[in-house]
Amino acid sequence: MEFSALPFIIHIFILAITPPFFLGIIAKTKAFFAGRKGPPLLQVYYDLIKLFRKGAVYSKTASPLLKVAPVIIVATTFVAGLLLPITGKAPFHFEGDLILFAYLLALARFAIILAALDVGSSFEGMGASREATFGAFSELAFFLGLVVLAVTTNALSLNAIFQWESVHPTLKPVFLLLFFSFFLILLTENSRIPIDDPNTHLELTMIHEVMVLDYSGPDLGLILYSASMKLFLFMALTTSLLWPQPMEWEWISIGTLFLKIAGMAVAIGIVESANARLRLIKIPQFLIANFVVTVFALLVTVFNKGT
Amino acid sequence: MDWLIVGIILTSFVMLGASRLASCIRMVALQGALLSILPLLAKPSFWDFHGLLLFVGSFTIKALAIPFFLFRSLKEARIKQEVEPVVSLHMTLIGGGAVLVLAFSSFRFFALPTAPFPSLIVPAALATVLIGFLLLISRTKAITQVVGFLVLENGVFLFGMTLLSDFPLTVEMGVLLDLLVGVFVMGIMVYHINRTFDHIDTTVLSKLRDIE
Repeated sequence: MEFSALPFIIHIFILAITPPFFLGIIAKTKAFFAGRKGPPLLQVYYDLIKLFRKGAVYSKTASPLLKVAPVIIVATTFVAGLLLPITGKAPFHFEGDLILFAYLLALARFAIILAALDVGSSFEGMGASREATFGAFSELAFFLGLVVLAVTTNALSLNAIFQWESVHPTLKPVFLLLFFSFFLILLTENSRIPIDDPNTHLELTMIHEVMVLDYSGPDLGLILYSASMKLFLFMALTTSLLWPQPMEWEWISIGTLFLKIAGMAVAIGIVESANARLRLIKIPQFLIANFVVTVFALLVTVFNKGT
Repeated sequence: MDWLIVGIILTSFVMLGASRLASCIRMVALQGALLSILPLLAKPSFWDFHGLLLFVGSFTIKALAIPFFLFRSLKEARIKQEVEPVVSLHMTLIGGGAVLVLAFSSFRFFALPTAPFPSLIVPAALATVLIGFLLLISRTKAITQVVGFLVLENGVFLFGMTLLSDFPLTVEMGVLLDLLVGVFVMGIMVYHINRTFDHIDTTVLSKLRDIE
């Protein structure tokens, strides 16, 4: 494998610097639909800077796990980002890295759930239990979606899967199903609106936000940052289904990447503006439906391969 | 063509997951519309007379007449708008997934020639029939049972499509007639049950003799 430094550096640069920007785009879109002016596009960066300059306060009941968890979350999300090709090839790739990708994200979730339980607050325990429940459903669908991709392209590495060598599958029903399914997984995993409202602070109904109630200062900043990075990764993954990136690295691919992810962010903003949150008891049904759609996509793919 | 077949299966899934009667009926209308396009694509030329006739016939019956009829009985019966399944919607959805796996894994036993259509149509027909059964047994209201019956018929229609080139008119008219008669019978049942007992919950039917 030849190694060229420039794409590698740019990949890391994009992954590390740009994700909060897209949260700004989502916020702007929602503000537009609500008829407001909305926060500036770079608001999340200002928030992050503000948080990193603050001091942290820790609960007396918490163990050191509380301090370690944000670092684990950022690290795992970042490493997962290195496995996903966003402009041209992924920096690291090997056979079977899609399982590593899924489990790195699962590890981040595990860390945040443990940290939430560690504080000993009953609200956070409730949030952790919800996160675990809904995570179990969405992970199932996510894995099956990856299996569909692997079956279609005969590859077990995210890098190889998204190269789309001979199969350019954009206009096949299966890929629309998969896109839809991955989009719903994106909304679930990143606690966007039909599942969870990132802006709510009513403890009884929120999921993700309730788990980070005890974080403050730099730790909260790290969690916010990693959440934006996770959202970025999912948006890149989902948009690659409909708009594959070029096989080789070019300067223009940075532009197309930003274009498609910004489009995705606007789409998320529209979905969030047009929908209300689902009732909590409705969410499992929504996720099961999503799972069944993925099963359907898998069956159709295997069927089309077999005949 | 794949799009249509995938759409037909997806509409049955929406019916499995929908919690309101009106959306169920709307979905069955959509499914009928998608189905009626299939005969148009079966013939080499789009404007084939027989195909066009089949399209017009099945579209009027499946996508316009029956939903209209169902909506009317929904309005006249003044029933609650919810589906009231026997088992929860989650379980029916999982059941639908299981049925789908079953249909796709057993299609090899049906060695049907599917000439103008992709072979996806056989498992799709099987899945639609089975989902129709699932809807029939898992819902209590008579209207949802009519919907389940319609989905079942749609599955049979899909099977019939594979025979379109061999027995063109007889099979198709048989399917359409069958469906029409079935819906009328069920519709009349809906009315009668409604008139007599003031609601259309079929669970009560089994208790008729015990009422004192």
